[in-house]
Amino acid sequence: MDFDLMITSFPKLLGATVITLKLLSASLFFGLFLGLFFAILRLNKNKFINKFAYGYSYIFRGTPLLVQIFIIYFGLGQIEYLRTTFLWVILKEPYWCAIIAFTLNTGAYTSEILRSAFQTIKPGIIEAGKSLGISNKIIFYKIQIPIAIRQSLPAYGNEIILMMKGTSLASTVTLMDLTGVAKYIISTTFKPIEVFIVAGGIYLFMTFIIHNVIKYLEKKYSFQ
Amino acid sequence: MELLAFGKTGWGDELFYATLMTIAVSITAMLVGFFFALIFTPLKLSKFKTLNLVGNFYTTVIRGVPELLVIYLFFFGGSGAIMYVASIFGYYEYIEINAFITGSMAIGIISGAYSTEVFRGAIQSIDKGQFEAARVLGINKFGQFYKIILPQMLRLALPNLSNVWQITLKDTSLISVTGLVEIMRQSYIAAGSTRDPLFFYSFAAVLYLLLTYVSMKLINKLEVRYSRGY
Repeated sequence: MDFDLMITSFPKLLGATVITLKLLSASLFFGLFLGLFFAILRLNKNKFINKFAYGYSYIFRGTPLLVQIFIIYFGLGQIEYLRTTFLWVILKEPYWCAIIAFTLNTGAYTSEILRSAFQTIKPGIIEAGKSLGISNKIIFYKIQIPIAIRQSLPAYGNEIILMMKGTSLASTVTLMDLTGVAKYIISTTFKPIEVFIVAGGIYLFMTFIIHNVIKYLEKKYSFQ
Repeated sequence: MELLAFGKTGWGDELFYATLMTIAVSITAMLVGFFFALIFTPLKLSKFKTLNLVGNFYTTVIRGVPELLVIYLFFFGGSGAIMYVASIFGYYEYIEINAFITGSMAIGIISGAYSTEVFRGAIQSIDKGQFEAARVLGINKFGQFYKIILPQMLRLALPNLSNVWQITLKDTSLISVTGLVEIMRQSYIAAGSTRDPLFFYSFAAVLYLLLTYVSMKLINKLEVRYSRGY
């Protein structure tokens, strides 16, 4: 065990954690809206819209995240037309490509989580709202969405942890996030176990925090 | 379509073999995972606190740390660890482990943590009366587990195991970083030499979709089979 290496690599890895957290929070933020949007499309009675939303979530949940990042980062740059538009400013940056891929990926999972939450809302609750003369729009925003969010908290907590682990793939497109720096230190020192303990410890610490925050929120917003 | 031709002109046959490699790694990893689950599920369900701790440590660490980091640990640390063990037995030559073994061990350990959780949940949801009835009938512990608990558990575990399979299948794409030529690595090579990454990565996505689609269909059939009588 090389404790000196563990101590010297800790600040470097902690610095890289900032990028991991940035990637995570940005993709979760955009992914939540995207997920909500597609969950609402899934509940739409129009068959075409419904199928479209299902196709989106099926494709993004059925393929590895690595493929998605590679298509966006390496693939899209190949289209000549894209290079001339303003989109190229975003797409040439690995940072934004990673965020786009993560957002699309987490959006697909989130849409499934929210859809099933919407579907488990008891019809009685909506009927009660209607009989009180509340308009459909307000029923949706003030009754259905809050209940769905509460219902989906445990599953969404898992999704946050999965996404946090997913951000490690950013290192494959040259970003120096926590895993990227860990790999760099491993390949220069050839001490994989020490670096794994430190980097893994940081990831576990983040998992622990997310887990407990979600647990707290679940308790706070429980139905009792 | 020329790019996908079989033979020397296209990448069709290479991608075909790469797909077989992905399937082989996934199945091996899944089996390695079952092996780990078989060890760690009893630990997690044990009455002894220390054994519980060991089981929880395994599932928590593996499920809380990115897959890529575990793969790097195995990739960079695997041959070192084997050489260390070999040196105890007096063998000091350099040992290089094959990428297939490293990859399927790494993915297998990850998949094992998920399988352990699935099995634990399934065993816990079996009615207590089943254990008691088996004991009353004088069936020994071994028979209780293999003849009574396991068949019931499999039915309960199958839907979740199919999720584990999907996760494992997708995780195998990460082994491409170690150089094992599976779908992702082959697409990377093809994309590099034809300068057509969009096509090859999209084709890789299609291959993965096909694999997940077909395996879902097969697992659904199994589920029907195991829920006969319910």
